Amino acid sequence: MEDLLPKQKLNWHKWALTAVMLVALVWSAFITDAHLGLFFTNFSQFTELFVEMAHVDWAYTGYTLEPMLQTIKMSIIGTLLGSALAFPYALLVSRNIVTNKVVVGVFRFILNIVRTIPDLMLAALFVAVVGIGPVAGIFALTIFTFGMVSKLFYEAIETIDPGPLEALRAAGGNRIEIIRFAVFPQIANYFVSYVLYAFEINVRASTVLGYMGAGGIGVYLQQALSMFRYDRVGVIVLVIFVVVLAIDYVSGKTREALL
Amino acid sequence: MKQEATPVIEFDHVSKIYENGVVGLKDINLTIMPGEFVVVVGLSGAGKSTLMRAVNRLHDISQGDIRIDGESITKAKGKKLRQIRRKIGMIFQNFNLINRATVLRNVLTGRVGYYPTWKMLFGLFSPEDKQRAYQALQTVELADKVYTRADQLSGGQQQRVSIARALTQAPSLILADEPIASLDPETTRRVMDDLKRINQELGMTVLVNLHQVDLAQAYGSRIIGIRAGEKVFDGPVSEATSAVFDEIYNGAEAEG
Amino acid sequence: MTELKLPNPPAQRRWGKVLAAVIFIGLVIWAFTGMPAFSIKANAVMVTKSIGDGLIHPDWAYVWTGDGEDLTSTLLETLGIAILGTFISAVISLPFAFWAAHTKHKFWLVTRSGKFVLTAIRTFPEIVLALMFIKAVGPGSFAGVLAVGFHSIGMLAKLFSEAIENMNGGAGEAVTAAGGSALDVTMLASLPQLLPEFVSNTLYRFELAIRSASILGMVGAGGVGTPLIFAIQTRSWPRVAIILYGIIVLVTATDWLSGALRKRLV
Repeated sequence: MEDLLPKQKLNWHKWALTAVMLVALVWSAFITDAHLGLFFTNFSQFTELFVEMAHVDWAYTGYTLEPMLQTIKMSIIGTLLGSALAFPYALLVSRNIVTNKVVVGVFRFILNIVRTIPDLMLAALFVAVVGIGPVAGIFALTIFTFGMVSKLFYEAIETIDPGPLEALRAAGGNRIEIIRFAVFPQIANYFVSYVLYAFEINVRASTVLGYMGAGGIGVYLQQALSMFRYDRVGVIVLVIFVVVLAIDYVSGKTREALL
Repeated sequence: MKQEATPVIEFDHVSKIYENGVVGLKDINLTIMPGEFVVVVGLSGAGKSTLMRAVNRLHDISQGDIRIDGESITKAKGKKLRQIRRKIGMIFQNFNLINRATVLRNVLTGRVGYYPTWKMLFGLFSPEDKQRAYQALQTVELADKVYTRADQLSGGQQQRVSIARALTQAPSLILADEPIASLDPETTRRVMDDLKRINQELGMTVLVNLHQVDLAQAYGSRIIGIRAGEKVFDGPVSEATSAVFDEIYNGAEAEG
Repeated sequence: MTELKLPNPPAQRRWGKVLAAVIFIGLVIWAFTGMPAFSIKANAVMVTKSIGDGLIHPDWAYVWTGDGEDLTSTLLETLGIAILGTFISAVISLPFAFWAAHTKHKFWLVTRSGKFVLTAIRTFPEIVLALMFIKAVGPGSFAGVLAVGFHSIGMLAKLFSEAIENMNGGAGEAVTAAGGSALDVTMLASLPQLLPEFVSNTLYRFELAIRSASILGMVGAGGVGTPLIFAIQTRSWPRVAIILYGIIVLVTATDWLSGALRKRLV
């Protein structure tokens, strides 16, 4: 007699997971009062806004340039300060540089907490502390960059070749000299690349920070939105789009050349 | 031999037990005098690398004392430790060069022990040291590659750069940890010849560990056999017969 | 051996470095021009102190009040926004991904236009989107769901399309060779290969959606952002602190869970 194909064991893990996900989905729809019907009945309102935006108020373009430049300046300073803080911090939380597990553990924990704080919330907090203006935005971007870049940095540091570190140690180098001559040359290009990447993200982020009063183009965006001038919102969105594209392009090319 | 010259390396009842309980070195006594060319042989995992790394304390030992030029490196700390290490050049199996940096940069790092830290932070090497590095590159016949990036060189060339790095350090002792394990036979000869020349012309003591019996016999003036962390042979190359090597590698009678 | 002098380094490399340094320094100097000088305002120290006070003595009572406006309720709402938003976005992303994926037998303009649309969606500020949806469906978490759902397409469809591009074509060829139709290829070869990747991308995007969902409330799109912005505006720092702690816990927990799930998928 021919052997029958044995039945595959029921993969209950998979089914349980799928069931949990489905329940979560239904629960989400319930808790958020989701009415897709409502969306479709009011869809015309949504498209109307788009139509209004499409009637771009070109004359307004000139007014957006100054705050857009301020946004870029904020991003440059924030990226720079955040990365400058991130470099020593990343060394501190790299297991191949600092061998004390407690130190690494504690500082990583702090870093993880910093990374969970949303950028807009940072902006709102700093506006409360230093007042309305680009300085609050710079502080928010600094912290935001610090969290993002520290992680990228230490992950890069932990993958370096330990050989040169050993060679430097054998030649009588101290910790700082080891970092300078064995760690830094191995990761410098990655660092520049990550800083540029953070800059791209920051330009996007900083366009909305102004919404909380933290300077830059976001302030104008908030004004246009509160006055229901969607034709101006359209201009601002377009300007942001062009600037982000241009910066992504330049930064992307630079990163390609580096790696 | 001179009357009562200070030994370059002295091992005094040195043992090393790793955290996981593995015995790396077992009660080793050893005296190496200036100008010797000592080859350490043994199976992989026998403790050759541990022995080398114990000399400049890249690995700490568990028991005993190691003295370099009469000074205990085991007890040295911080600056003192780095000053002793400065006297010991090291060559590695994987060259341990900084790939993205130029050959000159790599060779110059041999000098870090001679500078204050703040100068090194900015990479401020003196013109004399740059010239010294260039000189070392001439010794290994790589002067034309001085501004080439290290990762653009062949394996043999990279190893010679690392020899130049060790030379630039102006050490009295050179440790070579399986310097030819990742090289082909042709470049192997060059690297070994370079080491021999450094030993004979510059008078530096050389301690090298090798797998290959024939190379050990061809280049060494003295052979040390290591098996399972123990010194099982120590004598001039002339006494290292094939029976001796057989014992080192196969452990004919002694327990392991 | 005659003493040879160390030659100078090749000039072109030096000039490249100098140029890069000049551009960099120029940009930094430019960035600082026109920035208001940073001066610590008289009350900044006081504000910082009261924020610090709030962080030490958070408003524990707010964690649960039972009126549906408390921290637990709004955090759950945030979670709901992120889950549903990400789900909607994953569904809509599928056709977008096939549109933008660069594969054989496809006119380049199709792929290009697809990628362009995705970039446009990604760049469109999420806050503006949220405000537009609030106009359409009223303030509340549903507007947040739609904002997250729409905004996420930009990134998720990009990740999906990259997965499609990197797919191993061998299995599909095997199905075709056995006489399968295009649909058979999709069902038997493409989907089984792509599904784990898609789920993993979706989970990753979910981690980011949690962060978005926790701030969209600042403009009225539901979730924990709404009480947060009120607390900041009224400067009730103990309240701000407990909300911040809540967000940290929620984000950390979901990151951990999603990370664990993703690890099992790969």
